[in-house]
Amino acid sequence: MKQRAQIRMLADGRRMHLHDGPIDLIVEAFGAPCAIEAAYHAAGARFVTVLDELCGELWYLRRRCSPENEWPQGAVARRMVAAVMPYAPQYFITPMAAVAGAVAEEILATMVAAVELSSAYVNDGGDIAVYLSPGEKFVVGMVERPDRRSLLGTTTVHAADPVRGIATSGWRGRSFSLGIADAVTVLADRAAAADAAATIIANAVDLPGHPEVVRSPACELAPDSDLGNRLVTQAVGQLTLQEADQALQAGSRTAELLLRMGLIRSAALSLQGETRVVGDIGESRIATPLGERGYVHA
Amino acid sequence: MADDAIRCDACPVLCYIKPGRTGSCDRYGNHEGKLVRLDPHVVLHRAVERGEAVKPFLERGREWDGTLIGQSGGSHGETFVTAIGAGTTYPDYKPAPFIISSKVEGVDMVTVVTEGIFSYCGVKVKIDTDRHLGAECSTVRAQGEAVGHVTTSEYGSQMLSLGGVRHLTGGSRHEGTATCETLLNLCNGQAVELKIDDGAKVVVQAGNPPIVDGVQEERMRVGCGSATIGMFAKQWFGKVDEVVAVDDHITGVLSEHQAGKLLGVPETGIKLKGRRSTPGRYFQVAEPGTAWGGTEIDDPLTILGKFNAKKAWPGLRLLMVSTTGEHHGYFELDEDLKPREKELPGDLRESVARIKENCEPALCTVLFMAGAGGSLRAGVTENPVKLTHSVSDAFTRVTCGGAPVYVWPGGGITFMADVTRMPQDAFGYVPTPALVAPIEFTLRLADYAALGGYVEHVRPLSSIIAKDEGRQRVTARAENPWPLESGMKPATTVKSKKR
Repeated sequence: MKQRAQIRMLADGRRMHLHDGPIDLIVEAFGAPCAIEAAYHAAGARFVTVLDELCGELWYLRRRCSPENEWPQGAVARRMVAAVMPYAPQYFITPMAAVAGAVAEEILATMVAAVELSSAYVNDGGDIAVYLSPGEKFVVGMVERPDRRSLLGTTTVHAADPVRGIATSGWRGRSFSLGIADAVTVLADRAAAADAAATIIANAVDLPGHPEVVRSPACELAPDSDLGNRLVTQAVGQLTLQEADQALQAGSRTAELLLRMGLIRSAALSLQGETRVVGDIGESRIATPLGERGYVHA
Repeated sequence: MADDAIRCDACPVLCYIKPGRTGSCDRYGNHEGKLVRLDPHVVLHRAVERGEAVKPFLERGREWDGTLIGQSGGSHGETFVTAIGAGTTYPDYKPAPFIISSKVEGVDMVTVVTEGIFSYCGVKVKIDTDRHLGAECSTVRAQGEAVGHVTTSEYGSQMLSLGGVRHLTGGSRHEGTATCETLLNLCNGQAVELKIDDGAKVVVQAGNPPIVDGVQEERMRVGCGSATIGMFAKQWFGKVDEVVAVDDHITGVLSEHQAGKLLGVPETGIKLKGRRSTPGRYFQVAEPGTAWGGTEIDDPLTILGKFNAKKAWPGLRLLMVSTTGEHHGYFELDEDLKPREKELPGDLRESVARIKENCEPALCTVLFMAGAGGSLRAGVTENPVKLTHSVSDAFTRVTCGGAPVYVWPGGGITFMADVTRMPQDAFGYVPTPALVAPIEFTLRLADYAALGGYVEHVRPLSSIIAKDEGRQRVTARAENPWPLESGMKPATTVKSKKR
């Protein structure tokens, strides 16, 4: 089989870029130089088969998750199912909702199992799995909209906190969304769990039937979409403050429910410049978006 | 399965892709039934968001982070770090993110680099057109929200003043976000559609021709109607008996105009509507509009009264032309002294072409204008007012993303810069809403120390270039003066009267 996957170091000489089909990972490990090298080697070796494993069970992974279904074989696929299963009884969700987080988790787990590191992360297009040895931390930046450069805030993930996964979902992102959130960023204990939760919360930020929201059946845009003929958001017109608030409230209610169920640690919901934050744990909370006092006014 | 979808076999996902859409990777798409690699720019944009180019063919385009490279060697320091992507600090009594020193002509130069968040900012837009876009002071709207107004028109151009603190933060939230988005897009060189109350719809993009009510403006007039007569009278003399240069501002009439008189052009008995200003020059021959010479007329004869039978004669040759040569009509008087349209004779065609030729391409130009307030200045020095003085005394050069700025005289640091002279996507925003713009202050190290600068935070340029690989180098624009080149005065010079 020809080698499809690309593995290379980025120009900074520190981060590794893994690419195969629709998967793009940025990987960075911290620790002794030989440990980093060993970790990258392990990550690359594991990565080359990930896409084939996933595609082998793609028909399954695109189906609605149900507790009655058998479990898939692949390790990444099993992470995906585990992440979406808590939602299966109540929501329409397919394992694909957690694919990015699950891939990030799998590669991170491979590195951590291979060698001792002080910290590491795997960023799969914004869905991030982190490893922190005691005392370590990561600062993660957040954007309000994925297609714009803006300063929304940062969050710090400390080793002492349980957060090890960060994910963002929204209709402007790469995957389809049933909701209208520009971005929902979730902190959870695992990356796949954060990924699934971000999808569920972003779907809940919605104004059903609103004339300013343009929706199309997913299958008309992508015939093999796991969402079938469900209506996915294609454009959101200007909403009033009240409407934005209403949509964000709906999303926040879902986020609070997931918080109480222990599925997430914290979430930031953003829609047309309005932001709501749910949950607050230790220092690994999502920083309140910069208020007036956060700016350097020229 | 839809017939028009194609299957992509670039990877085992084997996406079905509809026409005009991409597969799950965003790299391959269905372009008119063919599987294609995406436009590099689009892919690039996404790749760059992830922090890195992803494929060899994308490698030229890492995201701009702020470094300019000098075109040549020499003693002027070959790298200049702009503020784009530098970030900002809060509160501003902390030193600016980058304070960089480089040797220029043996003198240590310091560049203080920061990105300011500007609520006191806006753009002045110059639209080269004679077409009436809207009355002075009319509200200019984007996405239905007021984002600025029509201001005093200039020679051959209509002017808009957009943004400003009142629209950004003084109105409704929608007004603020619409204004911020309009400014951001204009500053980053994107096209923006604006609607003027009781006026035209105009698409504005820096460095591109305006599109007024769906029609792209080609040329900017060479002069008003009167000036057109003055400039071309000699070329018309003998080839035509009368010329009317139709203009919303001043319509010119050859036989009555000083230029015609000097050449001895006989009276023709022509009668113009509108208000006569001086001989051969008429105001308000028609209502303003987007047709002939910035008026509303499509038929030029509507601005003429009856020819005076005592002076006019059958067969009198009349040329009517707009100030850009874009509209023209040739007429001869019949037995009843009524103008009848005829084909334009060859030698007159030449003169109409000459008018056209003398009209420059119509463009939209966008100047970013903002004021660097006290807190931003505090990031440069412990004594902010000294920076203001140093800028007005020309010890300190201000640049905006490496582009030259004009600093408005008087208090504060209020500056204007041409957005087309900055690197791509130099501007950002914060949801306040306010614009994030780069601003750099360059001065001698000794001067920097003297005005209370954060000398202990100065980093050599080599450390920035060597260490921070996130930076992107772009070639400096040839038309911009090199920011580190002198022009800054030694500390002993007394206050400059230059401005």
